[in-house]
Amino acid sequence: MKPVNAVITKVVEETPTVRTFFFDTSFKPEPGQFVMAWIRGVDEIPMALSYNNAITVQKVGTATSALFKLGEGDSIGIRGPSGNGFELKGDHILLIAGGVGAAPLSPLAEKASSQGIKVTTLLGAKTKEELVFRERFEAAGSVMIATDDGSEGIHGYVTQLIPEQESYDRIYCCGPEIMMKKVLDKVEPGKAQFSLHRYIKCGIGICGACCVDGLRVCKDGPVFGGEVLKNSEFGVYRRNECGERVRV
Amino acid sequence: MLSLTLTGLKLKNPLLLAAGVMGTTGSSLKRIADNGAAAVVTKSLGVEPKTGHANPSMVEVDCGYLNAMGLPNPSYKNFQQEIDIAQDSGVPVIASIFGGCALDFLEIAGTLDADAFELNVSCPHAHGFGADIGTDPALVEDITAAVKTATDAPVWVKLTPNVTDIKIIGLAAQRGGADAVVAINTVRGMAIDIESGYPVLGNRFGGLSGRAIKPAAIKCVYDLYDALDIPVIGVGGISDWKDAVEFIMAGALAVEIGSAVGNNINIFKYISKDMEAFLAEKEWTFNEIYGMAHKI
Ligand SMILES: Cc1cc2nc3c(=O)[nH]c(=O)nc-3n(C[C@H](O)[C@H](O)[C@H](O)COP(=O)(O)OP(=O)(O)OC[C@H]3O[C@@H](n4cnc5c(N)ncnc54)[C@H](O)[C@@H]3O)c2cc1C
Ligand SMILES: Cc1cc2nc3c(=O)[nH]c(=O)nc-3n(C[C@H](O)[C@H](O)[C@H](O)COP(=O)(O)O)c2cc1C
Ligand code: FES
Repeated sequence: MKPVNAVITKVVEETPTVRTFFFDTSFKPEPGQFVMAWIRGVDEIPMALSYNNAITVQKVGTATSALFKLGEGDSIGIRGPSGNGFELKGDHILLIAGGVGAAPLSPLAEKASSQGIKVTTLLGAKTKEELVFRERFEAAGSVMIATDDGSEGIHGYVTQLIPEQESYDRIYCCGPEIMMKKVLDKVEPGKAQFSLHRYIKCGIGICGACCVDGLRVCKDGPVFGGEVLKNSEFGVYRRNECGERVRV
Repeated sequence: MLSLTLTGLKLKNPLLLAAGVMGTTGSSLKRIADNGAAAVVTKSLGVEPKTGHANPSMVEVDCGYLNAMGLPNPSYKNFQQEIDIAQDSGVPVIASIFGGCALDFLEIAGTLDADAFELNVSCPHAHGFGADIGTDPALVEDITAAVKTATDAPVWVKLTPNVTDIKIIGLAAQRGGADAVVAINTVRGMAIDIESGYPVLGNRFGGLSGRAIKPAAIKCVYDLYDALDIPVIGVGGISDWKDAVEFIMAGALAVEIGSAVGNNINIFKYISKDMEAFLAEKEWTFNEIYGMAHKI
């Protein structure tokens, strides 16, 4: 499909570096699916749907900065939703979110709690101000917090909050790759799903730029089971826009 | 039943992965080979790493796709390890290469170790590369001849359809010593977002692939089969076994499949099985359908 025109109806400042952009257009995504957001004349970048009609964006570079200049009434092009999304299962689930990794996990938390599934969230960020969607996770279940500077919750990494004894049916994780690798090393891989970040070029499963061990993040993923990622390229190297290997 | 020898390469069927699709990493190439492709072609590799054009770089349009990737690639200097991984699958791995002049091609083909080389002189949207070269018969002949001096591996030349008469370029490749030609690369195209007036592709224009270009590709293959003594490898819009049979009847000794892999990663397996069933039902051999449209 060609991009559809999505008019921005509201912008919410979630943290000093993260904003949610609501659109006049709604999608029917599975939690974890993403769209390609086209900031015309600049770039097109992958973004998880944080609501049926919104993306939640951290300002990191050219395209996200250009998006931050847009407001109510402006429009962008949207393709998607694409990819597979999380597979929700079990009676008690653990969500592990680092930074803007909370974006695809928050709709999962809400879907789970609406089905009577017990949700525990481990939420991590650099500082207290950078915690994303704390209220949404608290409304869906219990929340434990870790910050890099100790301004809220434990002083350290979200991985330190993972209980030694596993009492969860499933674990869902999204955040920086180093953090996700630590989670993968600590939990039973078959129980866990991870949403991956790779450079997305075509976004429709053809070019192969986003491959991790031959699996396409944009089409076979972005969500992969821990057993697939164990002993793979994941956590070791990614590829840049040219396809060169870069250490994670 | 479908096995053949193509420019000295032994293939279990006539179905190859086209350049630029699932071709940037060794493990993605291996995945396609493990899923039934008889040989795989890499992403086109240049002398230096290249990021490609800004996104959007590929969009679906009516009956096909438009792309302007801009030849993103990690350079041949970083690619031998990927070829080696792909070769673990046991099928031939063909390195697609591009350059701005004969020396670039010579450097790459003289260094990389691959089962064959496919010279990309046909990318429609990379300025100074690809079709900027492939529309000039003298350049095509020179570059082909240069690469032939640099390697003992078979050399295929991939042609652009964006010319008045593709036979002239095919003949130039043949004079240069090409072992086969591959036709066609994408057809120049463009799409505009009517909500804003912006061209959709980051590069503004690009190349059309998929279903829409099949009849154009069939005609190119048909003409090249008549004009050349070397084999023609057909590519453009193949998405099922009937398309593959049609190309072979037009005169393709083998075919490459690109865009259709996106929605059907097992396409090679399915097409070879269905082609075999078709030949069995018709009581035809592969050799009988090869170029059939010319013989009746
Ligand atoms: C499936 C998926 C879902 C994502 N969801 C979110 C989300 O919900 N919220 C969020 O803030 N971020 C998300 N990201 C990351 C987001 O796409 C990048 O932060 C964004 O592309 C940066 O663009 P930029 O031009 O501002 O940065 P640049 O200046 O281009 O570079 C900064 C970083 O962004 C990465 N990047 C740039 N272009 C792309 C691209 N086309 N594909 C992937 N990475 C790219 C670069 O690799 C680089 O590391 C997601 C990524 C993926 C793959
Ligand atoms: C995303 C994409 C990238 C491509 N990259 C290359 C390339 O690097 N080199 C090349 O010779 N052809 C490239 N092509 C062209 C294909 O190899 C093929 O010739 C064309 O797409 C027609 O075949 P199809 O309809 O089966 O896709 C690319 C095509 C697509 C869709
Ligand atoms: S970005 Fe092209 S296959 Fe995923």
